[in-house]
Amino acid sequence: MARKSDLLPGTLDMLILKTLARAPLHGYGIALSIKRSSDDVLTVEEGSLYPALQRLLLQGWVKAEWRVTETRRRARYYTLTAAGRKQLGIELSQFEEMIAAIGRVLQDPQEA
Amino acid sequence: MNPLSSFVKKLSILFTRQRFQSELAEEMDFHREQAEKEFLAAGMTPDAARYAAMRQFGNSARIQEKSHEVVLFRWETVLQDLNFALRQLRRNPGFAVTAILILALGIGASVAIFAFVDAALIKPLPYPNPTRLVEVTESLALFPRGNLSYADYVDWKRMNTVFSSMDVYTAGRLDINTPSGTESVHGLKVSAGFLGTLGIRPMLGRDFRPGEDLPGATPVVMLRYGAWQKRFGGRPDVVGQTVNLSGVAHTIVGVLPSDFEFAPREIAEFYVPLRPTGECEKRRSCHNLNGVGRLKDGVTVSGALAQMKSIALQLEGQYPDSNRGQGASVMPLSAAIVGNIKPVLLVLLWGAGLLLLIACVNVSSLLLVRAESRRREIAVRGALGASRTRLSRQFITEALTVVAAGSAVGLGLADLGMKGLSGLISKDWMAGMPFLHGLGLSPRVLIFSTCLSLLAGILFSITPILHFRLSDMRNGLTEGGRGSAGTLWRRIGANLVVIELATAVVLLAGAGLLAKSLYRLVHDDLGFRADHLATVNVGLPPSAFATDRQQVAFGHALLDRLGSLPGVQSAALTSMLPVSCNCNTDWVRFVGKPYNGVHNEVNERVVSAEFFRTLGVKLKSGRFFSEEDGAGKPNVIVINQAFAQKYFPGEDPVGKKLGDTALTPASIREIVGVVENFKDAGLGQEQWPAEYWPFDQSPSGYFYVVLRTSQDAASILPALAPAIHSVNSHVSVDWERTMQQNIDDSQAAYIHRSAAYLIGSFAALALLLGVVGLYGVIAYSVSQRTREIGVRMALGAQRSSVYLLIFGEAGRLIAVGVAVGLAGSVAAAMLIRKLFFGVQAWDATTLVSVAALLAVSALLASLIPAHRAASVNPTDALRAE
Repeated sequence: MARKSDLLPGTLDMLILKTLARAPLHGYGIALSIKRSSDDVLTVEEGSLYPALQRLLLQGWVKAEWRVTETRRRARYYTLTAAGRKQLGIELSQFEEMIAAIGRVLQDPQEA
Repeated sequence: MNPLSSFVKKLSILFTRQRFQSELAEEMDFHREQAEKEFLAAGMTPDAARYAAMRQFGNSARIQEKSHEVVLFRWETVLQDLNFALRQLRRNPGFAVTAILILALGIGASVAIFAFVDAALIKPLPYPNPTRLVEVTESLALFPRGNLSYADYVDWKRMNTVFSSMDVYTAGRLDINTPSGTESVHGLKVSAGFLGTLGIRPMLGRDFRPGEDLPGATPVVMLRYGAWQKRFGGRPDVVGQTVNLSGVAHTIVGVLPSDFEFAPREIAEFYVPLRPTGECEKRRSCHNLNGVGRLKDGVTVSGALAQMKSIALQLEGQYPDSNRGQGASVMPLSAAIVGNIKPVLLVLLWGAGLLLLIACVNVSSLLLVRAESRRREIAVRGALGASRTRLSRQFITEALTVVAAGSAVGLGLADLGMKGLSGLISKDWMAGMPFLHGLGLSPRVLIFSTCLSLLAGILFSITPILHFRLSDMRNGLTEGGRGSAGTLWRRIGANLVVIELATAVVLLAGAGLLAKSLYRLVHDDLGFRADHLATVNVGLPPSAFATDRQQVAFGHALLDRLGSLPGVQSAALTSMLPVSCNCNTDWVRFVGKPYNGVHNEVNERVVSAEFFRTLGVKLKSGRFFSEEDGAGKPNVIVINQAFAQKYFPGEDPVGKKLGDTALTPASIREIVGVVENFKDAGLGQEQWPAEYWPFDQSPSGYFYVVLRTSQDAASILPALAPAIHSVNSHVSVDWERTMQQNIDDSQAAYIHRSAAYLIGSFAALALLLGVVGLYGVIAYSVSQRTREIGVRMALGAQRSSVYLLIFGEAGRLIAVGVAVGLAGSVAAAMLIRKLFFGVQAWDATTLVSVAALLAVSALLASLIPAHRAASVNPTDALRAE
């Protein structure tokens, strides 16, 4: 099995929120979606995913409800809440600021 | 985001825990199934797909726990750990009870002793700015802290610039008329500023005014709170009333506060101004006062001492006759008050500390053994997903649970111990130590015990964690789980046992030396027969017995009456009981010998004719007093052998004459007899020269009666007061005790006994714990070496050689422990050698007996595991592999 690449610290919550912003998903679906949309670069470990989901639930950024899948299995689906959408906006802008800052540093190392 | 809503959510999850867990499990199952399907679709066999999914998913128990922790309250995990710890301890009650009890003993002993140390040595004196208060006294080569004379006090007070105030006090007896007859009560004569120097104000009325301590002032008195309650019903209108004290009407001017205490003379009920009207206050050479000073701001004790010394030197030049060799002593008042019990308290604290050390070491090794036996459990829990932090936290919780229980039980024991110990202190003694009255679990004591508990908690948490850090946890899963960890523990355990044994030796040696010293002390050669002697103190009201003739007549009438009591063989009077102190001294000068002004200090006692015969003191030469040695006849004295040896070496002292330092004609007396030395001094004090005056030539209104009885001396005591009152109902009667009681309750005997008993019981516990610790290590070692022993025996080793093997292992530990302990004992004993009487710190008998006692007990303890080792069946031992 290929070595799993680590996520940037602090970005897991943002990735989950972004994924759920597209459509409600169950835990497996979230992991799969992140993996696919990153072209298999990012792998969310289950050991991080489920504690993170509990954290998001507790903050009130996502809601959970049991639904039946297409294959008629019961699964817990997570939906983004209004507070979660707001939080996603905050995290995205912070992240972009950060990337921009890192980018500036990398562009012009001599003048640092 | 919102703390309130997240709190509500956590709370709701708390009550639907079951559902939370099952939903989480279902969710994760679903996840795994989906992953499995995907692997299947990718062309794996069903089995391979399932394993791949499980591998990818990882440890589901740990994920579930981590997810759960997110929604847990912080205290919930603590509770979980606590719950688990309690379950563990309940499952192994033997371990729990042993560990808790051992710890409780250690903590209890330390805390109880600390409470005494705190009350006596740490708690400040109950006066404002107590550190500025000092005791000011004269000092002599023989008495480092001697009393002040009135004239010296007046000069010291006038000349010094170091005290903002300086005052004096002295004990005095007062007679008071009560409905049940005359009673002799304790009073304190103080200079007028005394209470002001202490910083105390009366709760009712006023303090003495300046000048009320001068001759001719109106007699006034202040009441201690207790006397006010007991004798005046606590009536607020007593101020301004008069009370008759020793035949003189005194106006009550004030009442002292209820919480006022003055330890040097706590027993005094009445405070009266000290007036220089007595015989003693008129002479510069008569020392009967104690001084108290308050240092000015910025003045140190040593600064004050330096000035007082120079003043004393100046007075010595001015009054060479009376002040020769009279120096000065200044020390903190607190040190002066508790100086005599400080060393013994510190020794006890050290003893208790050593006991606590052994207890902690013992509990540590118990925890280690337990950790060792739980290797597999820990390894399994680690494999099942418990993180290292979580496991460590588990150990810490268990350790803290043991410590908490041990401390709680220990505090209970300490409280009991304090009550028990203060109950053992005699009432007279307790009355002199008012600072012990509030003894209990005070805030400072609780802080101390909390510190002990914290230290123990840290120690006990670290021990098992360290143990597992040092050894690889995965080893625990392999069968047997021997290897390096077992050896390591044996080494740590062995070192711990050496510490325990050595500490036990130190405590045992301390106890042995103190016990031997106590024995020497109470069996100190008294020089008289102390059994079958009863004593009683009699005080005559001065107004009714003003003249010598009246006092002599009463003395004779009293001796006639008491001598005729059934069971009394002989009766005598004395100014001081034997076995009291080298005190009440006199300066003598010999007629016909050159005199250079040196102060020849001798004990001075006034006794009646039958005194020596009553005590059983033998005559060496000359004669005892007779009824002929009365007023109007030539003055005579009897001296002891120490006197004869010091001042008449190689001469016959009988017939020689002596007098006071100026050889005043009235002071000249002739030596008529020499008696063998007997103990005027306190136990453990050296023998001084003594002179004995006949009562008939030097009577007083305050003396002791000594009775030699044919039956038990205690049985006659109740008859004494009625008999004395039948002679005169106005005399005061006190101190009805047997001579043996006086000796046993004397301060030296008391301090020695309590120290010996307490250190002895600490030592007994230490011995027990040390021996149990050794047993534990040897037993563990045997259990680890079963296979080795089996192999040896299979190869033909005899049982005796197996015994030797185990005894050898134990013997090495014991030898090292005893050697270290003996070295420590001598060092410790050197530190406390001042407490010993007639015993050296390196007393060989004690050290050898202690070493033997410990070695034998320890070898006996290792007999059990040695026997077990020798009974190993080689076949069984090898089959166990």
